[in-house]
Amino acid sequence: MSTLIKNKRIVADPWQTLSPEESPAAAPLPEGDILFPLSVWQLRRNEIISSHKRIGLWLEPDTDLAPLEADLQYFVVIAINFPKFADGRGYSLARLLRERYHYEGEIRATGDVLHDQLFLMQRVGFDAWALKDGKDAAQALEAFATFKTPYQGAVDEPLPLFRRRTP
Amino acid sequence: MYRYDNYDFALVRERVAQFRDQLARWQSGALSDDEFRPLRLQNGLYVQRHAPMLRIAVPYAMLSSAQLRALAHVARTWDRGYGHFTTRHNMQFNWPRIEDCPDILDYLSQFEMHAIQTSGNCIRNVTTDQFAGIAPDELIDPRPLAEILRQWSTFHPEFAFLPRKFKIAISGTREDRALTWFHDVGLHLNLDAQGKPCFRVIVGGGLGRTPIRGEVVRESLPWEHILTYLEAILRVYNLHGRRDNLYKARIKILVQALGIEEFSRQVEAEWAHLKDGPGTLTQAEYDRVQAHFGAPAYRTLPAEDPDFLRHKAEDKAFARWVSRCVHPHRVQGYAAVTLSLKAPGQAPGDITAEQMEAAARLADAFSFGEARSSHEQNLILADVEQGRLHELWLAAKALNLATPSVGLLTDMICCPGGDFCDLANAKSIPIANAIQARFSDLDYLFDLGDLDLNISGCMNACGHHHVGHIGILGVDKNDAEFYQITLGGRQGSDARTGKVIGPSFSAAEVPDAVEKIINVYLAHRHQEETFLDTFDRIGPEPFKNKVYEDRAHGKAKSRNEEVTP
Ligand code: SF4
Repeated sequence: MSTLIKNKRIVADPWQTLSPEESPAAAPLPEGDILFPLSVWQLRRNEIISSHKRIGLWLEPDTDLAPLEADLQYFVVIAINFPKFADGRGYSLARLLRERYHYEGEIRATGDVLHDQLFLMQRVGFDAWALKDGKDAAQALEAFATFKTPYQGAVDEPLPLFRRRTP
Repeated sequence: MYRYDNYDFALVRERVAQFRDQLARWQSGALSDDEFRPLRLQNGLYVQRHAPMLRIAVPYAMLSSAQLRALAHVARTWDRGYGHFTTRHNMQFNWPRIEDCPDILDYLSQFEMHAIQTSGNCIRNVTTDQFAGIAPDELIDPRPLAEILRQWSTFHPEFAFLPRKFKIAISGTREDRALTWFHDVGLHLNLDAQGKPCFRVIVGGGLGRTPIRGEVVRESLPWEHILTYLEAILRVYNLHGRRDNLYKARIKILVQALGIEEFSRQVEAEWAHLKDGPGTLTQAEYDRVQAHFGAPAYRTLPAEDPDFLRHKAEDKAFARWVSRCVHPHRVQGYAAVTLSLKAPGQAPGDITAEQMEAAARLADAFSFGEARSSHEQNLILADVEQGRLHELWLAAKALNLATPSVGLLTDMICCPGGDFCDLANAKSIPIANAIQARFSDLDYLFDLGDLDLNISGCMNACGHHHVGHIGILGVDKNDAEFYQITLGGRQGSDARTGKVIGPSFSAAEVPDAVEKIINVYLAHRHQEETFLDTFDRIGPEPFKNKVYEDRAHGKAKSRNEEVTP
């Protein structure tokens, strides 16, 4: 089992990601905690709901969230993939999931996820991180404390500093 | 000007610590070069041709004398004794050692300075008019809102990894002096029918490879909504801007692809969710920030100072300097002054540590301890008593800061180009110097009048060549340095890009070509006509015919050797 940073601690990760190629329309679905790619979910939604108690969804950063709104209730985990760490779309997706769609399950960052993204990612609603292979998770935990009082409101603190500033 | 409180100080100090740690992890190999690159760029650190380059932010152009002295200290201690003002108000140091950068930033943080987001694919330093707060034609001082934007954009959690860089310019005057039509977002502060501040929001402008004049996405946005509205624009851009092609990644390409109506529809749909949320500005916050920009202790002065008038009448050199380097002020008896960084033979925008310290002394003695950097790469003292202009002129002259050429041909905007910049196709500073040497006669330059000549070393257009009346762009032709010339570009409310006149020139040919262009103007101008007036009246053909007269077939020949803009 690989490890995960969750709620600012290093934990074992029970979730497996299913690649779309592994799941042609008729093959049996694997058991256990599975992150289903959106394409598989769209194809086999009812089957997944009846066979899995805990369901995870795996999203690419170009996903349009609006059509998924009604389905969000089924997911315990939503993983957002970062194909490159400089691809910032996932930050907006996480924020939309929390602020617009009021999704309360785990939002995890996967893919090219590195130490220096963690601080900003926690601000926009991520609460779990599957760091890129070979990166030092223990050291990465330090990133959460990078800035004490940022200026903007976001998911972690909805009020911008200008509404809280004391002289 | 704005002074940091404990929150502001804490953030820049935490940034220094973060950067020190990032650098250490890179040095230890924990971060690869590719992983470190965007992190150092977001902190203004480039790795350039000869050495790293560190770009320090000068938010909306304001510098205190203490900050100027701090920059001088950096130049002397960690660099080679000089710095360079860019066209976005910032200061670049060309020779620091990478390992010294955390110490440099630590030192600057004491003086409320930083390098945050001076590069990288994030929201960059907000720029404005160098005469903000004192211009007679100003409707609203843009600086309080510029500072509010600075804070909002600093470490914005959602928009740190945009498809490409994002530049915002804000102007509060009738005549645009901040190039707002050519920014990712341009903001015009204005008063609505009820006398309340509001913004005209322009989006999708830009120079660079594809110069495009921005379009109005909202004609009148009440000021308190500016942050939420910008977040809506940035979210649409962040999610839908192109990430597959570096050259098509700016917001202007998205706006062009969608069309302004559809882009605006998407922004409004996004904004509907954000409007009136906690990001809505409060009057209390505006007042808190605005209090930092109150008028200094101006004295009551006569409109015309007799000593000033006498000096002007008696001393032609002083009168000349006044005509080019002294600018109107909204307070009677005061003036703004440009300290020129365009002395002949000097790289435009370069300033030595001694000059920085001297400028700090002049700011203390003549202008309430404040200075500004202009996007034309000069320094400004904004609040000088008319009666002391002569004294200031004498002092500035002794420091080589009184070249009376502001707005003239030799007041060139010029990027660092191939002497320093890794991205350059060609050198730009030697071209600037060669043109300065060719046009060294002041009487002649004054006779030519207003003329903007801008030089960029490559398509990135840091030297704003597109909006120069004469623009010069370095291009690469079979591994040799060549220069393409454009005519008719301009800044201001009528800002537009110039048109390429024909095949490019070698470095040695450029001064001749410029001289021919000037001669066509002189031959055709009607009385009192500026270069642009004449150009607009007669069009590019007479210029082309003259410039290319010696080339094969007499006229502009095949265009296939050009890089199309
Ligand atoms: S225009 Fe090109 S050469 Fe000049 S500074 Fe910008 S990137 Fe460098």
